[in-house]
Amino acid sequence: MSRKPHVRKRYWNEPVMGWWERAYLPEILRGLAITGGVFVRNMLKWMTGRKGALTTYYPEETRWDYAAGNRGKHVLTRRPDGSPQCIACNMCATVCPAKVIEIEAAFDPSDSAHPKYPVRFEIDYSRCVFCGLCVEACPEDAIRMAKEVPDLPADDRWTMWLGKSELLDWQPQADVAKPYPPRARTGDGA
Amino acid sequence: MIADLVISLVFIGYAISVLMGFGTILTWVERKQAAVMSDRIGANRAYIRIPFTKVKLVWWGLFHGMADGLKMLLKEDFKPRTYDWYAYAVAPWVVFTPVLLVFAVIPFGGTLTPAALWAPLGEWFGDKSYPMQIATLDAGLLIVFAFSGLTIIGAMLAGWSSSNKFSLLGALRAGSQMISYELVLGLTVLGLILIYGTVDLDSMVRKQSGTVLGVLPAWGIVYQPFAAILFLTAAIAENKRIPFDLPEAESELIAGYFTEYSAMKMGLFMFAEFIEIAVIGALFTTLFLGGYNLPFMSDAGFAFPGGAAVAMPHGAVVVTQLATFLAKVFVVCSFQILIRWTLPRFRYDQVLTFAWKFMLPLAIANLCVTAVAVWWIRA
Ligand code: SF4
Ligand code: SF4
Repeated sequence: MSRKPHVRKRYWNEPVMGWWERAYLPEILRGLAITGGVFVRNMLKWMTGRKGALTTYYPEETRWDYAAGNRGKHVLTRRPDGSPQCIACNMCATVCPAKVIEIEAAFDPSDSAHPKYPVRFEIDYSRCVFCGLCVEACPEDAIRMAKEVPDLPADDRWTMWLGKSELLDWQPQADVAKPYPPRARTGDGA
Repeated sequence: MIADLVISLVFIGYAISVLMGFGTILTWVERKQAAVMSDRIGANRAYIRIPFTKVKLVWWGLFHGMADGLKMLLKEDFKPRTYDWYAYAVAPWVVFTPVLLVFAVIPFGGTLTPAALWAPLGEWFGDKSYPMQIATLDAGLLIVFAFSGLTIIGAMLAGWSSSNKFSLLGALRAGSQMISYELVLGLTVLGLILIYGTVDLDSMVRKQSGTVLGVLPAWGIVYQPFAAILFLTAAIAENKRIPFDLPEAESELIAGYFTEYSAMKMGLFMFAEFIEIAVIGALFTTLFLGGYNLPFMSDAGFAFPGGAAVAMPHGAVVVTQLATFLAKVFVVCSFQILIRWTLPRFRYDQVLTFAWKFMLPLAIANLCVTAVAVWWIRA
């Protein structure tokens, strides 16, 4: 059985090498000049104390180009008297697709307007997908997400559980449109 | 007698620590240089914490090499059920040892006269002087080729005894590639032997300390620029590094002839490769870049083209020569790493075509031209 030898298909736009490229060495030198030039440029930057890389040195550096509406760390808002605005309704925990919010409710007879409050409010950041559904679900505007990312990288996952005090005390200054504590409701539906 | 032995031991210790040092440092340099070349930062997370303090020494990631070495030592030494475990166990050493041995004939400094260095040493050493080289052999360059040819055996042994088809393919590739480029390597150097009229590396270096055309240092690269390029190319191919890393092409052969090796045995192959970078750097320095001498420098001091001469004390000469040699070797190593991170890998038929149809004719042409030129000048 005789087989035709394989003939490679030729394409109309196939790159053609001229004699200069075929001579090989000049093109190699050109390539080396490019990479060497990048090396020298970056090295000079490093040696003069600037950063010669595009890498963000996470987590020591944060990226400057986070979007304005970036969903970062959760914030529990407070009432003017400093108590958490959350009424422990568990809506956020229910809607959370990753099931990472854990709330333990308690009864506070002294505050007749909001008798129910969370004693424990924990988010497991090792599993949170930062979808923001909890923020959408909250009827009390008690949970928000700040633009800043939490300083989370750690050696073990247990340090990635953040409790009520961390979520309350994290006070980002960036959000001017929605001040903390939130403005008192005027009652006219605004 | 004892004095000679002590000097030899000192030289051997120096050479081994230089090679090991280069092997270790180059793993770091390769990472960092690759990173800087591609706008990255590079590995810099490994640190050593000073005990009982919070002070972490990072040192630009220098400790990553140590971490890697430790990892390789502590990993399970997996052994395949091969029919030739002896060859399997011996192969890494057959690759590793010749690489070290090549360095024995490379001069890493000029002449050392202990008495001139420090007077009390003179009582013991007399007025003897020693060339700074482990083995002072007339056949220097021949020894280099003899030993560097041995590494092929190691690669073949490793591939054959692993009972793995990837390994075998890698070994075959290694064998044919290394033998082809060995030839080119030898032919390129012949031109230099014609010019210098010797194969002794130390006298080659001494002959490079003069000037040519009045101003240029009489380096091998000035006489034989073409041979220098061919030599470096062939040497990189000998070392099986990108763009000639066909024997261990990860994307095709996993790791080629050392696929079945793990832990420190694999580490030996890697380490041999890095040390060979340094050895190639040392050879290139010795043959083409004037060896351990700065331009216009010899054992006596500097003799500049204009006629000005600067005499140097012996100690200063020795230190300058040692440092110069290391610096030159480092620059050549760095250039090899630049090549490794710039060029893409050849196809296998291209590697052999390149050797036999491109480099070999060029090397022969270079040799012919050199021979005619040398004959013309001598006549
Ligand atoms: S952002 Fe999404 S995943 Fe994270 S806690 Fe809120 S609802 Fe759950
Ligand atoms: S944060 Fe909002 S949704 Fe979640 S329990 Fe508190 S009030 Fe309910």
